[in-house]
Amino acid sequence: MSLENLLILSAIIFSIGLYGTLAKRNVIAVLMSIELMFNAVNIAAIAFARYAVPRGIAVDPVGAETEIARAYGEAMTLGDTVLNTLLTGQIFAIFIITVAAAEVALGLGIVIALYRNRETVDVTRANLMRG
Amino acid sequence: MLPLDIAFYSMSAVMVVSALGVVLMRDLFRAALFLVLSFLVVAGIFVLLNAEFLAVAQVLIYAGAISILIIFAIMLTRNVHEGNPSNGFDHPARILATLVMVSIIFVAVTTDWNTWDSLGLNVLPGDPAEDLSYTEQGVRDVFGNTTPVIARLLLREFVLPFEVASVVLLAAVIGALALVREREEEA
Repeated sequence: MSLENLLILSAIIFSIGLYGTLAKRNVIAVLMSIELMFNAVNIAAIAFARYAVPRGIAVDPVGAETEIARAYGEAMTLGDTVLNTLLTGQIFAIFIITVAAAEVALGLGIVIALYRNRETVDVTRANLMRG
Repeated sequence: MLPLDIAFYSMSAVMVVSALGVVLMRDLFRAALFLVLSFLVVAGIFVLLNAEFLAVAQVLIYAGAISILIIFAIMLTRNVHEGNPSNGFDHPARILATLVMVSIIFVAVTTDWNTWDSLGLNVLPGDPAEDLSYTEQGVRDVFGNTTPVIARLLLREFVLPFEVASVVLLAAVIGALALVREREEEA
């Protein structure tokens, strides 16, 4: 398991969701495909939070830590913000989940209203606003 | 292979199969069940990535609330004879999705990512450790107990987005209620 593996998994899920979003006729199928894309992005964000080294933590490319890194480390043990920002990717995932929940509530509300008024859930027949 | 790798590869396989099931199943209800399966597998992948809080949130919000909403909507609007057909954009959509996938994978594989492992740092809480540096010990502490760090981040650096998110949720709830409400003159 490495960052590349997780990004590849995320890319596969994202493009499956993209295909479903573009090619499906049923509104609910489109919404479900959008949820797949959200999940792919969440996987990528959390994988970066777990694997990527933030800029504040300065590490020598060969692997030996520099004096700067040691200084940062001293500061970290004193509660510096560098370590606290390690999990920013997870915060992004939390906001994505929040927005996805709001989007599903509104989207399904629109689907129910559309079905009630026009007896269809077909995106190609929802053309009320066509000029 | 490590047990962690076996868990990751089997979960990835289930994830890809269930994602394909979501877009290829003819019966929309079965597609929704595959979607629930993929939500649960994503929660498992979050656990592998030291994101326990996110895994719990994933199960509660996605596998719990969102899938219930989607299944409700399918039940309310189901047209059994229509199935789940694709619109006229089937082939272009396939080509575009493949292109997007190939380009993302190309970038992901060819970029030289600066990861803890590639820099030779020993940061996973479960691994055997001796003679840890300050950085390694600090990162270990963060990954060993992520929830307090997330709480600090949410209520300090991200407090404004946090408050805006509550307004977004309120607006969504009111909007959804206004959309599905029966009008009095019709009833």
